[in-house]
Amino acid sequence: MRAFKYSNVSDAAAAIKLVSANQTAKYLAGGTNLVDLMKEDVMRPTELVDVSRLKHARIEKKGDGISIGATATNASTANDENIRENYPLLSMAILAGASAQIRNMATNGGNLNQRTRCTYFYDVNMPCNKRAPGTGCGALHGVNKNHAIFGWSEKCVATYPSDMAVALAALDAVVQVEGINNTKRSIPFADFHRLPGDHPEKDNNLQQGEFITAIDLPANRLAEKSYYLKIRERSSYAFALVSVAAALATDDNTIKEVRIALGGVAHKPWRASVAERWLIGKQATEKNFRAAAAAELKSARPLAHNKYKVSLAAKAIVRALEGAMQGGLYGAMEADSTTTNKN
Amino acid sequence: MKPLDMQAQAKAGAAFLGENLPPLQDNIVHYPGQFIALVVAETYEQARAAAYKIKVRYTLEKAAVDLQAELPNSKKPKMFMGEEAQVNDGKAAAPLAASAQKVDHKYSTPAEHHHPMEPHATVAVWEGTDKLKLYDATQGVGLTSSIAAYFFGLKPENVNVVAPFVGGGFGSKGLWLHTLIVAMAAKAAGRPVKLALTRQMMQTNVGHRAATIQRVALGTDAGGKLSVMRHHTDTYNNLTQFFEPSGKQSLVLYQAPLREVTYNVAHLDRSTPTFMRAPGETPGTFALESAMDEMAYQLKIDPVEFRIMNHTAKDPMKGHDFSSEFLLDCYRTGAERFGWSSRSMEPRQKRNGKYLVGYGMATATYPGGRSAASVKVLMNSKGDVTVMTASIDIGTGTYTVLAQTAADALGIPVDRIDVKIGDSSLPPAPLAGGSQTTASIHPAALDACVLLRKELTTMAVADPDSKLNGRNPEEIGFAEGKLFLKGDEQKNDTYLNILRRAKRNEIEACATTLPVSGAGLTVPSALCTPSQTPPEQNSDIKQYAFHSFGAQFAEVWVDEDFGTIRVKRFTSVQDVGRIMNEKTARSQVIGGVIFGIGAALMEATDYDKRWGNPVTRTLADYHVPVHLDVPPIDVHFIGKPDPHISPIGARGIGEIGITGVSAAIANAVFNATGKRLRDLPLTPEKFFD
Repeated sequence: MRAFKYSNVSDAAAAIKLVSANQTAKYLAGGTNLVDLMKEDVMRPTELVDVSRLKHARIEKKGDGISIGATATNASTANDENIRENYPLLSMAILAGASAQIRNMATNGGNLNQRTRCTYFYDVNMPCNKRAPGTGCGALHGVNKNHAIFGWSEKCVATYPSDMAVALAALDAVVQVEGINNTKRSIPFADFHRLPGDHPEKDNNLQQGEFITAIDLPANRLAEKSYYLKIRERSSYAFALVSVAAALATDDNTIKEVRIALGGVAHKPWRASVAERWLIGKQATEKNFRAAAAAELKSARPLAHNKYKVSLAAKAIVRALEGAMQGGLYGAMEADSTTTNKN
Repeated sequence: MKPLDMQAQAKAGAAFLGENLPPLQDNIVHYPGQFIALVVAETYEQARAAAYKIKVRYTLEKAAVDLQAELPNSKKPKMFMGEEAQVNDGKAAAPLAASAQKVDHKYSTPAEHHHPMEPHATVAVWEGTDKLKLYDATQGVGLTSSIAAYFFGLKPENVNVVAPFVGGGFGSKGLWLHTLIVAMAAKAAGRPVKLALTRQMMQTNVGHRAATIQRVALGTDAGGKLSVMRHHTDTYNNLTQFFEPSGKQSLVLYQAPLREVTYNVAHLDRSTPTFMRAPGETPGTFALESAMDEMAYQLKIDPVEFRIMNHTAKDPMKGHDFSSEFLLDCYRTGAERFGWSSRSMEPRQKRNGKYLVGYGMATATYPGGRSAASVKVLMNSKGDVTVMTASIDIGTGTYTVLAQTAADALGIPVDRIDVKIGDSSLPPAPLAGGSQTTASIHPAALDACVLLRKELTTMAVADPDSKLNGRNPEEIGFAEGKLFLKGDEQKNDTYLNILRRAKRNEIEACATTLPVSGAGLTVPSALCTPSQTPPEQNSDIKQYAFHSFGAQFAEVWVDEDFGTIRVKRFTSVQDVGRIMNEKTARSQVIGGVIFGIGAALMEATDYDKRWGNPVTRTLADYHVPVHLDVPPIDVHFIGKPDPHISPIGARGIGEIGITGVSAAIANAVFNATGKRLRDLPLTPEKFFD
């Protein structure tokens, strides 16, 4: 690790001032990703401003919805009574990610700012446009089994690793951001993360110094029928090959509202809007789920080693919608073996 | 630094080095990740920061990085570790063609890394210019000492290597270049230097299990008796004579009149392959035991029955009896404990919700190795005993079990015994590899204790103040810290009183035992004298083959939509001779099975085909099983002492647990789904290929 300056501040305004003034400064919260990246010499901030003790950790009602503090930990968010009751999809997604130890340290703001786990990004001896713009994409013609099937560019085929963000995308979350001189803005979740395009070095649309204060979740009627399905190479503590956040509202088995977002398939949580549009007004049947999934996967562009993700994603969408219909977290669904491997 | 000279090295007793490359002695880069410089600083962070500033210029040459592409240039090595490498080359073709039933398939296994939790680490301290002390994470203090002595031109007794506790090795902690480089740096710096490898260096600098492409053909008569077995392996190496010997078990298992076992070894400019838990048998049993399952299905014979039908009670190559062999009991006991009879031969018959359920089994085997070892036992005037040998505990329980043997042999409680191991200045013992520590050091410990008791007895019977004065030593028994007259235990004398009356503060005995099988040390410690006949005079080794056997049974649940496979329970029955300690033995087998679950379902090191570097460079990319992947594992030991390996009767147990596991799982997947998967690991994408 390289030498850096460390500052501890008492409020967000002071933190924002410091990080806005230094292009190579970063916020430090749980440090579960940033510190790893510094140890590997992938990220080389000259200054870390510690925001982990700032008073932005509250999870509270806001209008009909809820506001989740950016410095609240993933663990406290997943286990919050209000979240579990009204946004079980978010609880399920968070608990599907990382390990208990990491969730106890990692914060919600940090989760949205984590970097890809692409091995070419992590290995400083490899080309990577995200880490070192202009060096090329190592994964495009390299080992790309875990990479994107949607929305990638010649510059970058990495995926976004978060589970939490997949649920937030499905829940139409809004990211509350504060910048220098008390400027505030709200970023709809779909606009928060970016596709790689020509600038894969930019994961999201935050400006230098902008600080996430909270993530707002609007009210919905999806709590009873929501499910997060994560498919991975082992039973826990592995990034998703494909994950699906699915939620529905039905009236007499007619789909009134449906949300589907995919993880592990793109540079950002991939909202399956084609499938969603296809399903609205249809009956909630396996046949319709299959047709909707197939419609979504039509635009998939797999790489040399990840063709399997196309059929995997289609089947996962179907299973997640079935899981949601059966009551998700509180139902008897056995879609994900992680919940049944305890006998 | 001495140049590399394998013969001189061997003469100096330093024949075992991870890679045949003297550290930092030329300007050629042989593989990605090779050490080319060491930066020393006051702190780790300073050293890392300084290392980032080093700029290296290379002339690029074409590198060989892909096994498939290099196979046309591969060689057929004549020998593997002193044994003929190509057995009956070409002889199986005709009998295979004439077989009533035949299977012939390709199986592949990936490169794997040992990844013990504790990384390799060394602290080097020079005392003057001719004495070196190395605190090293190693599987062999004697090995490290002799190789360091060779390279630095020191007397072996002047290189003291210390490793009281080692956090796992699995074959990766032989001797690699960093240990020598740290000693070089300490010499240059004139003060102690410490180095701990990063997890990334553990992928490039301390060995790995090479990938294999294996082709196994089996032929039987119409009734299912094997007539011929052929096992060919394509693999690679670099900077070593070692290559993955995945045909080994195919020379030991089953009765078949002819078996052909051959290897093609390509050269890859990849970090050096080495021994990894059950080298050979781990990938080899996957191929052979999958093929056995395929043949059983073709014949419509139950896979357990098929193995019982073809069981051999003799070493099929040498014709010797096995020293002790209860494999049929392993099959039958395993089938019984697992509930094998409830299995349907026909695939896809059992479901549980979304899952297809399948049962599979495989044979396990590993050689029963034993090397020479010396053990010293010292008793002080308080009756405390110290047991000393330059062995190692890599997490296997060496300390615990050695104390038990000494306690039994001296008739004193275990808590009076202090075990000192992991120091090269102690009497020599083999490295902790090849599952041979228990089989090697316990006979020596037993002999040393017997010698100690003999001396106490001699002192007692010669002492007019002893109640045992004048007695024949043959009449004397021992228990609870004393000697007694057999048949009249009132006539006794405690060890403490014997020592006190003789005005002795301590008494010691040392024994060296030579192996009946396997290679090992040939020079007895100066402190010890050989107490058994040398191996060439031992009739056992000419008469018997020494192997352990077992049977592995797996139940898997497969989610066909996703290609996800979970092992739901596992039964492992092992015939490994006498069990010294049920708890540590069970732990070894459980660890082996978990290791095998990893090999079956997730472990693989992937390499970039352009640059040859590993891309699975952290434990987030290189998956090993987590708790949730590990089902209840039922371990059962046959427990019959091996009457020929040693008076102790124990064969090793560190490696056999992993053998056969991946085949049992893949066979269970076939039983569940009807899909035969022949390429490890069985990650979801394999299901969709």
